[in-house]
This record gives sequence, structure tokens and C-alpha cells, in this order.
Amino acid sequence: MPEPLDPMDLLELDALLSVEERSLRDRARAFVGEQIRPHVESWFADGRFPLELAPALGELGMLGMHLDGYGCPGGSTVDYGLACMEIEAGDSGLRSFMSVQGSLVMFPIHAFGSEEQRTEWLPRLAAGEAIGCFALTEPGAGSDPAGMTTAARRDGGDWILDGHKRWSTNGTVSDLAVVWARTEEGIRGFLVPSGTPGVRFRPIDDAWSLRAAARSELLLDSVRLPGSAVLPGAMGLGGPLSCLTEARFGIAFGAMGAARDCYATALRHAVSREQFGRPIASFQLTQAKLASMAIELAKGTLLALRLGRMKDAGIAGPQQVSLGKLANARAALEIARDARAILGGDGITAMHPVMRHMLNLESVLTYEGTQEIHTLIVGEALTGMRAFT
Amino acid sequence: MTFADPLDPLALDDLLSEEELAIRDAVRRLVEDLVLPDVGDWFERGLFPQEIRAAVADLGLLGMHLDGYGCLGANATSYGLACMELEAGDSGLRSFVSVQGSLSMFPIHRYGSDEQRAEWLPRMAAGEVVGCFGLTEPDSGSDPARMRTSARRDGTDWILDGTKMWITNGGIAQLAVVWAGTDDGIRGFLVPTDTPGFSTRDVHRKLSLRASVTSELVMDGVRLPAGAVLPGVTGMKAPLSCLTEARYGIVWGAMGAARACLASALEYAGTRVQWGRPIAGFQLTQAKLAEMTVQLQEGLLLAHHLGSSKDAGRLRPEQVSVGKLNNVRAALEIARTCRSILGASGITLEYPVIRHMNNLESVFTYEGTHEMHTLIVGQAVTGLRAFE
Repeated sequence: MPEPLDPMDLLELDALLSVEERSLRDRARAFVGEQIRPHVESWFADGRFPLELAPALGELGMLGMHLDGYGCPGGSTVDYGLACMEIEAGDSGLRSFMSVQGSLVMFPIHAFGSEEQRTEWLPRLAAGEAIGCFALTEPGAGSDPAGMTTAARRDGGDWILDGHKRWSTNGTVSDLAVVWARTEEGIRGFLVPSGTPGVRFRPIDDAWSLRAAARSELLLDSVRLPGSAVLPGAMGLGGPLSCLTEARFGIAFGAMGAARDCYATALRHAVSREQFGRPIASFQLTQAKLASMAIELAKGTLLALRLGRMKDAGIAGPQQVSLGKLANARAALEIARDARAILGGDGITAMHPVMRHMLNLESVLTYEGTQEIHTLIVGEALTGMRAFT
Repeated sequence: MTFADPLDPLALDDLLSEEELAIRDAVRRLVEDLVLPDVGDWFERGLFPQEIRAAVADLGLLGMHLDGYGCLGANATSYGLACMELEAGDSGLRSFVSVQGSLSMFPIHRYGSDEQRAEWLPRMAAGEVVGCFGLTEPDSGSDPARMRTSARRDGTDWILDGTKMWITNGGIAQLAVVWAGTDDGIRGFLVPTDTPGFSTRDVHRKLSLRASVTSELVMDGVRLPAGAVLPGVTGMKAPLSCLTEARYGIVWGAMGAARACLASALEYAGTRVQWGRPIAGFQLTQAKLAEMTVQLQEGLLLAHHLGSSKDAGRLRPEQVSVGKLNNVRAALEIARTCRSILGASGITLEYPVIRHMNNLESVFTYEGTHEMHTLIVGQAVTGLRAFE
């Protein structure tokens, strides 16, 4: 008889990774095992983001990891994806921190910033010494960000910003906000240091998801910024949308990390939990759930990896990334729910990571483009017809 | 922004070699030229187009992943691609090729004597001899070890008695590979269909795989020489290994049927106008199209991965079960969704969709039901058997 297959890698997808990719993945996995798993349930229970992890993540090369220069690691997009997967196997909130820092804050500075802006911020952000947040969504403008009311007007050589942003992960712990506001020329991005007079962050405390992340609102009240605060290279919604494409790509991988952790937990439980005199894993209904979870996990991983290879080859557009985010966020949530059910009563407790992942994935399903919006992006890509409005 | 090719948004063609693309394109042309114009008619009349045999054989599609004896010797990915293109025509046609290559020629190639190979394989590769595979019985489907068909020794001869059911190609075959219980366990026999005591009865009144012959094989004191037994193997392992081969082809084939359905629905939705605009512009239709695209692309990624694993010599039967389980279900769901997008037109043979949908019901059940593959995968992940 041949060796049994590894139930965590039923299709031997590891063979698709290079030695370097596997070693990076293993380093990230070890970090999660040592620095995240032992504490994450209490962070989640306390609703606290572990800011103290930021320098360690920086040292591991996880912040802005697919950017070049300015102290950034310069990894591939597949590297970045694998890191997202491992960190999210720890907690979606911590992957969210990493996504926001790397894809939503460092990426626009790298892509659209001036040389001075890059030099000033990127090395400290890459090291985890400075924390960034991304402010696009508003209370009245979510899926339709063009409806934003936050505005920036000129005052001599300065800019004055007024507005209200919501659902800015990292906000309350940030040193820098990348704020998108409408101007006479269209939507532009501004680098707003958190200590600037008129900037106020408010935590969103009444949340049952991503509790180990800093969920925040940002209030901008006549915030005066120098002319050099604007990102010179971005004009219009294309700027923030390109950041979202980066972050969504990370989610396609990351969600599979949370799903893997749920599946692993459910499998361990099912083979050891006995009812009617035998392990519940030996019952057909449980096997159907576990088989489905294993298959969805393998497919989502294949999809994420294909997107990564395409992105590294420069042939993945936002529509392809939408397909991955759409498919994998949903698959992960379904896996988490099945795992929760297999765990029975224990499944609702913090004894297992599953309920936490499941609750986190509700946010992952909604943020960075809801399921509905990605459906319509893919729908447009297939049909050539816009159906948003 | 649109996909350059809505049916290949992940640029999976980039994963194929020039040779694989050439085989794929040749089979696609064959289907366009010789199958699509008439397949609705074949389906309606319930007949298998015998004349297609020669064309399929000319392209080397019969036993195409076997070496020597007139076989093409193509790699597993090429075989998969051929199955996909054939099934984009009709699941019945792909079934013909699966049964011929994976269920009839493969066991002769793998377990047969040199004489058996030399006698049968070249003529089967050429399409001159059609094979069928007799494993399932009226009372033993998912649990084939309980088969009643038996072979007993009579001197050096064998005498076979029993009934096999749901045998694709049965009524048009010149050779049946029949599995029967013996004193030494289950063994395979090469039974020329003109042997006295052997008869077939075609299954009529079926609403699925109508462009394919499905038959019952009846063996009543069929006397075979000692040279008729496959010498290389005893036990269920042999027929199961054939099924693994055929299931691998289905992993790809089902995606062909699904792709054909999606192409049809995309075209229909883009041109069918209601409330003053194409129905493809409505959110509910886009949700269907997006969902089907996800399922199709994931299924294709699985097929490609399993193909690469097979070519690398490390594909395991449990992994094939993952592919068969997932891809046939996905294909059936895609077909059903396309059927609804097509509205009333969707129930006619003017479009390929309801034909594929009906065919896929058989594909869902044969070569290991959905339930059996669930339990095979379940055993692979838990280490526990839950069949009994």
C-alpha cells in the first residue's frame, strides 16, 4: 500500500511551490505558531489589536513584501499570497493589518507617491515602526465610493480636508492615514499624519468580527495639509481601486488560510470524538462535510496560486482578482460554518479557533468589495455589460 | 473591463504545450465538423453514430494514452483534453471513447498477455473492434464485489454465467471485457461477442446518453478457452484500476460539457432582449454567469493539476475521486443553470444545453456515484471507511 495522502494537502499542491516559497511559507507558519496562536483568543476576546507584533512582522519581511526598494522585501506576489495565507491561518484580523499596511498604504505610496514621500514613509512602514491606515469607505459610500463626500480644497499652497471615513482598519493605532477625497480635479489621495490637528480616530467597538484588528472611524475636521501631502501620481478612482486589487489578491490566499485552520480543527475533532461507539469521522454525513471542505480548500488554493502566477507574469487584471476574492471568501466562510457544525457545542467556544475564524470571515466576505460587487465585476467581464446601477 | 476570452479568464491555455494544444484543437475541429451539426438529431433518435468511429480512430483518440500496439502514446493531459473536447460535443461520444480506451484497451494493455495485446489492441485503436466493459450487474452497482457473474473451470476452458447491466457500447461491441467471480477471486475475461451463449439487449427508453448505446450483457454457459482470461491480475483491484483511468477522463470531459453549456448561455443572454436590454445586463443573470465561471475555472484548474500529477506518475485514485466528485457535480449544476438562462428555448434540442444536462445525470452516477467518491475522499482524509 502506498503512503496515505496528507489530508491537509490531498492533491499535493505543495509540489507546485518552489523550495524558496515553501521555506518562506514555513517561516510564516512558525511565526503564527509561536507569536499568534498562544494569544489570539485573548486578543479577540478583549477586542485588542496586538500592536507589539508589528516590528516582528516587519523583521520577517511581511510588510509591503511584494514591493521593491525603500527597505521593502521585494518578494513575488506568490510570496505575498503565501504569507497572507499563513497569517490568516492565525487570524483574519492580523492578515487584515498586513494587507492594509502593505497593499493599501505602502502600495499607493510606492506606486503614486513622490520620491520624498516614499523615502519618508516606506522604510518605517516596512519595518513596522510606523503603522498606516487606508480611508476610502464612508458611512454613506461603501460599494459606490465615487459617492464619497470627504472633500479637499486648496488654500494657497495648502489643502484643507473635511469628511468622515468609516471601516478604516488600523486607524486607531496608525501614524499615517492614506485618505481619498474629492477635489476640483477629481478624487485624490492624501498622506495624513495621525497627529495633524483636526484628525480624530474613533474605535468601532461594537463588532463581533475582526476583534483582534483595530476597526476605526476617521473624522477629518478642517485638516490643513501642506501641498506635498497629496499623492502626485493618482487622479480619479483608479488610484484607490488599484490598491484594492492588491489587497483583494492577498485575500484570495488569506481566506484559504483561515479555511485550512478550520478544516484542520474539524478533522482532528471528528477522528477523536466518539458517539454511538465510534469516531464521528466514520459516519457518512461527517465524511461528506470533510470531503467537501478538503475539496473546496484545494480548489481555492489552486485558484489563488494560479492568480499569483498570472500576477507575477503580469497577466492578471482586476477582473481575475475579483474572481478569486469572490470564490475564496465565500468558500472559506462555508468551510468555517461546516467546521463549526462538526465541532458541536465546543464549536461555539474559544477552545477552538473555528467560531473566531467564522466570525472574522463575515467581514472578509463584505470588505474589499462585497460578494455582490465582485459578482458584478466578473459579470461585466463576461458579458461586457455593466449592471451596477 | 472584459475578459479577453470569457471561457478562459485564467489563461489556462498558457499551461499547455504546443503538442497538447495541437491535439486539443484537432479534436475540437472534429467535434465542430462531424458532431455538432447532427448530435441533436442522434440524441433525439437515440442512436450512436457508428460512422464517427473511423474519424475518432484516425485522430488516434482510441487508447490514446497507451503505448505501442498501434496506440498513440499521448500524455495524460492530452488524453484529458481530448475527453474535454469530445464531451463538449456530447457525453455519449466521450463515453464511447472512455469505454474503448480506458475500460477495454487499458486492461488488455496492463493485464493482458502479449498474444491478447497483439490480437486486440491494434484493431481497437483503429476502431475496427469496439470494446465494452462488463462489471456492473442489476444487483451490484456501487458494491461490485458482490457480483453474481461467475466463471468456472471446465478442463482448461472457462464457463461464464451471469448478467451485466448498464454496459456502454455493449450492443455494438465485438469484444467484452467481463469481470467474473472465480475460485481464485474476481478475474477478467476477454469475450468475443459472437461466442455462443453471449447475447446483449439494449436499454431503451432512457432520457440520458441517448447518442450512446447502453446494454445488458447476458452470458449463458459461455465457453471460453484458457487464453481468454487476463493473466496479470486477480481481485477487484484490476477493474478498479480501469475505473480510475476512465474517471480521470471524466474529470476533464465533464468540463467540456459545462463549457459548451456556458458558451451557449453567454451567447443567448447577450442577445436575448427583455425589458429593452439584453438579459446579460441584469444582476441575477450576471450572478449566474459569474458563479458558473468560478465553478468552470476551478474544475479546469483541478483537471490540469491532476493531469500534471498523472504525467509525473504520482496521481492517486483518491485524487481522481476528488476530481470526478467535484467536476461532475459542477458540470451538472452549470448545465442546470444554463438551462434556466435559456428560458423556454432551453428545453429544446435547438441548443445543446438540455442534452448535456440530461447526459450529465448519467455521468453523475456512473464510474462511481457521487456518494461513492464522497466516501473515497472521506476515507482519504479521515483514514476511516464508511461504505458499509
